[in-house]
Amino acid sequence: MRGYAGKFLEIDLTDGDAKVTRFPDEVLRDYIGGRGLAAKILWDRLGRKWEAVDPLGPENVLLVLTGPMTGYFPGTKVCVSGKSPQSNGMMGSTVAGEFGVDLKCAGHDGLIITGRAEKPCYVFICDDQVEIRDASPIWGKRARETLRFLVKRSVEDIKNLRPLYGEVKEPSILYIGPAGENRTRVAAVVSKYAHAAGYGGYGGVMGSKNLKAIVAKGFGPLPDARDVKGVLKLAQGFAKDAFESEHFRRWGTGGGGYSFGAESSSEPVRNWQREWHNMKGYKREEFDKHWVKKNWGDFGCPMTCLKLSVLRGGRYGGAICDNPDYELQAYLGANLGIFTPEQNIYISYLNNELGLCAIQGGAVLGFAAELYQRGILTKKDLGGIDLKWANVEGFIALMEEVALRRGIGDILAEGVYRAALELGKMKGLDLLKYAVQEKGVAIGAHGVRSGKDFLTEAISYACSVQAGDHTSSASLPRKHEHGELSSIMSDSAVYCFFASFGPSDREIFDFYSAVTGWRLTRREWYGEKALRILHLQRAMLLLGGPDARWRPKLDDDNPPRFWEPLPSGPYKGRTLKRKAFEKARRQYYRAVGWDEDGVPEQGTLRELGLTGVEAKLREVELLK
Amino acid sequence: MLVPGIEIPHLCLQCEDYPCVGACPVEALSINGKTGAVKVNATRCTACGLCVKACPGNVPHLHPRGDRVVICDLCDGKPECVKTCKEGHWEALTSIPRAEVASRRALAKTPFALTREIAIQILGEETTREALG
Repeated sequence: MRGYAGKFLEIDLTDGDAKVTRFPDEVLRDYIGGRGLAAKILWDRLGRKWEAVDPLGPENVLLVLTGPMTGYFPGTKVCVSGKSPQSNGMMGSTVAGEFGVDLKCAGHDGLIITGRAEKPCYVFICDDQVEIRDASPIWGKRARETLRFLVKRSVEDIKNLRPLYGEVKEPSILYIGPAGENRTRVAAVVSKYAHAAGYGGYGGVMGSKNLKAIVAKGFGPLPDARDVKGVLKLAQGFAKDAFESEHFRRWGTGGGGYSFGAESSSEPVRNWQREWHNMKGYKREEFDKHWVKKNWGDFGCPMTCLKLSVLRGGRYGGAICDNPDYELQAYLGANLGIFTPEQNIYISYLNNELGLCAIQGGAVLGFAAELYQRGILTKKDLGGIDLKWANVEGFIALMEEVALRRGIGDILAEGVYRAALELGKMKGLDLLKYAVQEKGVAIGAHGVRSGKDFLTEAISYACSVQAGDHTSSASLPRKHEHGELSSIMSDSAVYCFFASFGPSDREIFDFYSAVTGWRLTRREWYGEKALRILHLQRAMLLLGGPDARWRPKLDDDNPPRFWEPLPSGPYKGRTLKRKAFEKARRQYYRAVGWDEDGVPEQGTLRELGLTGVEAKLREVELLK
Repeated sequence: MLVPGIEIPHLCLQCEDYPCVGACPVEALSINGKTGAVKVNATRCTACGLCVKACPGNVPHLHPRGDRVVICDLCDGKPECVKTCKEGHWEALTSIPRAEVASRRALAKTPFALTREIAIQILGEETTREALG
């Protein structure tokens, strides 16, 4: 077995036990790692009682998994998973940074975290050493203070473990902010300052386990690759592609606020009431003025799309934020009616200090502001906060309420979908029509109506097993290269798909083979292995529960707002067509082997050896 | 990353007085006459760590297996790190001829000091203090 460290670390927080778990080669060959393996692990452990498992309860399993390509591929990530408190299915949420590399160098392919600690704790991993430590000094603390404490403390601890070693590079850290501690459904698992695994709401899962952070440091080398020369050759080719990608290298996605989102009419503006704006002051050149570091990459990254923004002096002085990238510029800018780079950087910085997911958190703020605009929510409901569009102070105040679950924030902390239901009940109105979400997950800042963004299909979100996730969207399988099945590859072998815009499918599979020594063909992946993972995710999504459950087919739909015509801009009037959508949905179901309601078919399940899934779907009468 | 965005390679500068070589009790360290790099005799080295302490920048470190110290040998005058950095279009590392630097020892600093210095330039004093504590 090459490319894998060979062992997974299983930590039971309830009794503070850590033990080693291994998976047979066949499982790793089929599910690879990351999101794929997460689907397998979750199904095996929770599948039978999936509907009853509370995502924020101690019975949920939190997974932090690497894949064989992590560390070797130029552009590294780590995949966080578990039962999602947003979609109530299972999502694979990846975050950049060195965590995955450190974990593998420490000799672990991943972490399986179960139970719930009695008191706030953090996990410290240094090679074989695993400790569960008291986190009371940092519980309740925001991002910067948490990181400062953990870096300082951990470097001291590592130096104590290896007194003669010399200077130690600080360990990699995954942590949550107050939003996660308070078990909101809009909290992210964060690394560095604003690298976040946001989709899925796993920050809240960590909080529910009283787990503030995971610290990992590995001194060992990466696990051996089968064909080092082949890996190097391919990696150099990918790096070359990345160097040539001038646009991403120069601007990252931080060029998006105007130059990308507005021009392609796909940016959420004031809670998606519009997808176009003409605020040229929000263009990339204005953000560029605040970037103190213009080419920043994590371990081995040739793309360096990351920027570092710093605000000096003035009302917003002292704010530091990675990027903000397009999603943050959109959701914490245009979506709130804010079109000033300084204000957007500041609010992004605070968002991260609180440990919120910018997309989910930004969406819920925008949603509340629209209700305020329509007079459905009043100043009194909001505890005196004036939530006019573009009122930065108002949004900052509400953001804290959400992260700390105070006042109305307690309802909004449940995410757009649940907040819409709850507030709707209170006000006696249908508020779901203002909620732009897909199966509990607020949609990424890429509208599909104009057809000019990178997501162009009406089924992009509606049929995705990751619901609103813009990094894993459905498209008909004839378009392999950008479809959901290829996202499953990047999330399972765990590498950065940003650095993989250049390489072809074939090169990716060659890379996988060079690292693991296991042959993987396109046919095997698209015809069998990726589908197996897709079906598992679909089954868990449809099972849902306990608080939300999705109706097959009926809920595979776009949010109501996406059916309205675009109200302004160069693509004014464009909208999705119901008939074409239904046809595409039917085609998609058929192509991936689901029946006309979108439930995995008996034949497909048997062919893929997923008989357990078949039995379960039959038991709950999804399969007749 | 003591401060986000400020990641600094931490390299041997070949001080003119070589405190590490002087500190070695078993004469495992010597100086390469051509490049000026410190050479480690792995069989002699006892991994006692005295050279790490003697270095003004704490640059040497023990091999993860713990049996010897590792010090940059400048790849015999053609440092691979500089080559890779150039290939990667980062241009963060360059080789400088020995004669061009007045005092190498003055440049040798611990990662913490180096980070603080650069962070102040990039982030300003106040923010650095906040970020570094």
